[in-house]
Amino acid sequence: MKHKPRPLSPHLQIYKPQITSVTSILHRITGNALLVPVVLLVWWLWSIASGQASFNLVNSILTSWIGDLIMLCGLWGLWYHFLAGLRHVYWLTTGQGLAVHTAERFGYAIIIGTCVLTGLTLILF
Amino acid sequence: MAYITARKRAEGLGPAHNGTHHAWSMIISSISLLILIPLFIAVVVPAIGAEYSTVASYFARPYPAVITGLTISVGMYHFKEGAHVMITDYSTGSWRAVLIIINACLSYAIIAIALFALVRLQNSSGIHI
Repeated sequence: MKHKPRPLSPHLQIYKPQITSVTSILHRITGNALLVPVVLLVWWLWSIASGQASFNLVNSILTSWIGDLIMLCGLWGLWYHFLAGLRHVYWLTTGQGLAVHTAERFGYAIIIGTCVLTGLTLILF
Repeated sequence: MAYITARKRAEGLGPAHNGTHHAWSMIISSISLLILIPLFIAVVVPAIGAEYSTVASYFARPYPAVITGLTISVGMYHFKEGAHVMITDYSTGSWRAVLIIINACLSYAIIAIALFALVRLQNSSGIHI
């Protein structure tokens, strides 16, 4: 039962992005976008089990600049989602930290922490 | 007239008979991944880009295999639940149904493929750690 779309008030177009809303949508984006590096990784595992020939193909993609980019962004996204997820679990289990200024501080800590952990991972491993 | 307390009215599983299942399963999988993800990173990151014989024998060992298998399984379950929420937020009708089905199939297929690959890579010659 389709009708002509009714006009909507502007929302995303006019609302100023804030650390609270940006960290929230980034949590969703990183979580879902991680599917891409995971598929590449599982394809890599599958290729090892399939033999040298298929492994060489996947490995060349994985070690190419595209693969490096996917893995680097994936690593950043993984740590981001990890830290932002910690904040969610903290909120859900304790009911604390929900004041706006607290949530904002957590938000900045998450972004800084993600960069630190990504850098540490690349150095250590 | 039903004399019902406010607490009794709030109790129960809700209209979808699901209660807090989603929230709780996300908390459980998140805590599991809290432990698994650092281990997974320590296991997998060094192996990326290594040559074939190295990686093949690497994933035949128990710790890399179990950690990788567990992380992908718990992680893809967690992904499935999270993607489901996103799908239900942004779609309605037939699109929603199709996307929910594809999401579930894809998530479990990835788990199956990863676990199969890891099992295939195990050696039958006994335990050498």
